[in-house]
Amino acid sequence: MTALPQTGLPGPALAGAVPAGAVPAGAGLAGAGPGHDGASDLQAHFDQTLSRERRIEPRDWMPDAYRSTMIRQIAQHAHSEIIGMQPEGNWITRAPSLRRKVILIAKVQDEAGHGMYLYSAAETLGADRADLTDKLVHGRQKYSSIFNYPTLTYADVGVIGWLVDGAAICNQVPLCRSSYGPYARAMVRICKEESFHQRQGYELLMTMMRGTAAQRAMVQDATDRFWWPSLMMFGPPDDQSPNTAQSMAWGIKRHTNDELRQRFVDMTVPQAEKLGVTLPDPDLRWNAERGHYDFGSVDWDEFMAVIKGNGPCNAQRMARRKAAHDEGAWVREAAAAYAAKHAREEAA
Amino acid sequence: MTEPQGQVRSGWPLYEVFLRGKRGLNHVHVGSLHAADPQMALRHARDLYTRRNEGVSIWVVAARDITASSPDEKDPFFAPSGDKVYRHPTFYEIPDDVPHM
Amino acid sequence: MTEDEFAAYQSLSGETEDHRWAFGTGFTDPLEGIDTSVPDSVDAQALATYCLMLGDDALVYSHRLQQWMTRMPELEEETALANIALDLLGQARMLLARAGRAEGALLTGGNGPDEDELAYFRDEHEFRNVRLVEALDADFAELAGRLLVFSAWRLALFARLAESADPVLAAIAAKGVKELTYHRDYAAQWVIRLGDGTPLSHGKMQAALGTIWPLVDELFEADPVTAALPGVAADPAGLRGEVGAVLDAVFAAATLDRPGGAPMARVAGKSGRDGVHTEAFGYLLAELQSVARAHPGATW
Repeated sequence: MTALPQTGLPGPALAGAVPAGAVPAGAGLAGAGPGHDGASDLQAHFDQTLSRERRIEPRDWMPDAYRSTMIRQIAQHAHSEIIGMQPEGNWITRAPSLRRKVILIAKVQDEAGHGMYLYSAAETLGADRADLTDKLVHGRQKYSSIFNYPTLTYADVGVIGWLVDGAAICNQVPLCRSSYGPYARAMVRICKEESFHQRQGYELLMTMMRGTAAQRAMVQDATDRFWWPSLMMFGPPDDQSPNTAQSMAWGIKRHTNDELRQRFVDMTVPQAEKLGVTLPDPDLRWNAERGHYDFGSVDWDEFMAVIKGNGPCNAQRMARRKAAHDEGAWVREAAAAYAAKHAREEAA
Repeated sequence: MTEPQGQVRSGWPLYEVFLRGKRGLNHVHVGSLHAADPQMALRHARDLYTRRNEGVSIWVVAARDITASSPDEKDPFFAPSGDKVYRHPTFYEIPDDVPHM
Repeated sequence: MTEDEFAAYQSLSGETEDHRWAFGTGFTDPLEGIDTSVPDSVDAQALATYCLMLGDDALVYSHRLQQWMTRMPELEEETALANIALDLLGQARMLLARAGRAEGALLTGGNGPDEDELAYFRDEHEFRNVRLVEALDADFAELAGRLLVFSAWRLALFARLAESADPVLAAIAAKGVKELTYHRDYAAQWVIRLGDGTPLSHGKMQAALGTIWPLVDELFEADPVTAALPGVAADPAGLRGEVGAVLDAVFAAATLDRPGGAPMARVAGKSGRDGVHTEAFGYLLAELQSVARAHPGATW
């Protein structure tokens, strides 16, 4: 899912590497150098906070690389929520009942809200939302690759709720224990809402599976298209994820990609059985020895192609986001101009 | 910090949001948002953090106006359970025997 | 990996007693405790048509607002927009249901059409919305201007309808008044910011008002359905002064001029309330109805 930068293991703080604003007021650390007592105190305090499973908070000292990794991870998560509005938003105007329409609008609205909670968390680390948006629309930060797939039928709405939100929940629940406080708190709020999104999607599918032959075929077709991309949401296999160790040491990542992927499969197979759909994997079978489901190989070439920007919807998702942002500039400027005019009037 | 005369930043400044729920005793910091001015910030806070729940008291403060203490002290603990998460719930049926849902 | 790794998830999903809650509208039922039979003194056919008029206005306008999702100028505005679209859709649902119920009262032993039958299986000429709500806004200034006009007008209408002799209409209107007050305020704030923002935004906002204005007159035209429902429906002609005053106050604060220009003509004397719409409406309905019509009789 998120490509994390290569970093070494945490070391002592270097001179000048402590970001402005993070230096505690009373610590007298002007000109901290390598091996300086104050600097290694900060590192030790940071390490201790992590090992005690306590939270790092916005004004705590943290290694530069932790800060930048966290900003990147949170921002990419935020971008995913915002971009994720599009594939589902695609079906709002065509929702085939008014009740489903209401539910879908509320769900997409939630995703906007989740994006904002996450940008808010990233900003506590010193990032600026406008800058993060800029990085997104210019391809310098990513979002979850699943949203580069098209939503082609109304059943896709249900399958996204069931599989994509289901996979997101597997990824996100452990993040409720993220070492970074504002992120963990945002995740608790988000996870509560996502579990209802998943149920809403599943219930739509159940209704369709009890419906007409055409509806059942639609559900099976959507499942066939979204199953493997959902497994890809957990990122490359562990043996191709070099950053995992560092991220786990920093409490940024709580489980490996393969652990989460296995967990998702184990949870989802019985749900598919209840629904009456077949998952498109002939190698899927229960392995009593392992106590888990065995499953087939993910097409990592397709994953890499989509990550690199050649997925079916990458260009269109980005273009939409960029257009909204660019075309909205005159509106944002007008509001700022109005505010400035009237602030001056009040001050006069 | 005042803007230089005649120059307008087109970005909207950051506002921190504090809520006191209907049965709450005091305001709690719940997050932040962007708005062009305080009135807009209040409206956005109502939309984003209270989901239009009535009876919730909202404070918005421009982030630049907040003075924070040294990092040893913790931020106020954010308690999401006080917030209503579902704005307009409706019933739907999921059989009890669907696992993990 | 142990089970308690995911204890957080279990507790999250198990936290509420009721596992069936999801998102939707109308948690508190505004019709709770209200007698939904059609009062004897009321012309049921006229009531059905009247509810379609008001319901279609909301349904169609909500559709246009939904098309702005993921296109708003700032993320915070997405939340606000979705709230407005949801409110109007909620009003539409209740009004369409009322229309179906009133039609059902005309059938012996039968139920009238439900909200979905009415929304998805009527043809263009059977829709009774005003033409104002059919256009796709060319930019955010038009969105703000159209929303201002629509919500100021509808709020004035609903404030009257809260006293309607039809108890269901009264209840729907009472709830709607709170929502429309928010919508009108949201729109007014934006019209003012754009009108009194930058020279560019001022120009766009003034132009937007010019585009919208020809369809304002239609909102205040008397119609035979309203006339057939004394004490039940609200006469739109009587709202012209009040709504005009609200708009003028906003335009003044926005440093905008009230547009001149003639109202858009009718077609052989007919307009939106008669089922004669603009060309845009056909495409709008095609999109709204396409999936439902592809699966007639299906449950969703």
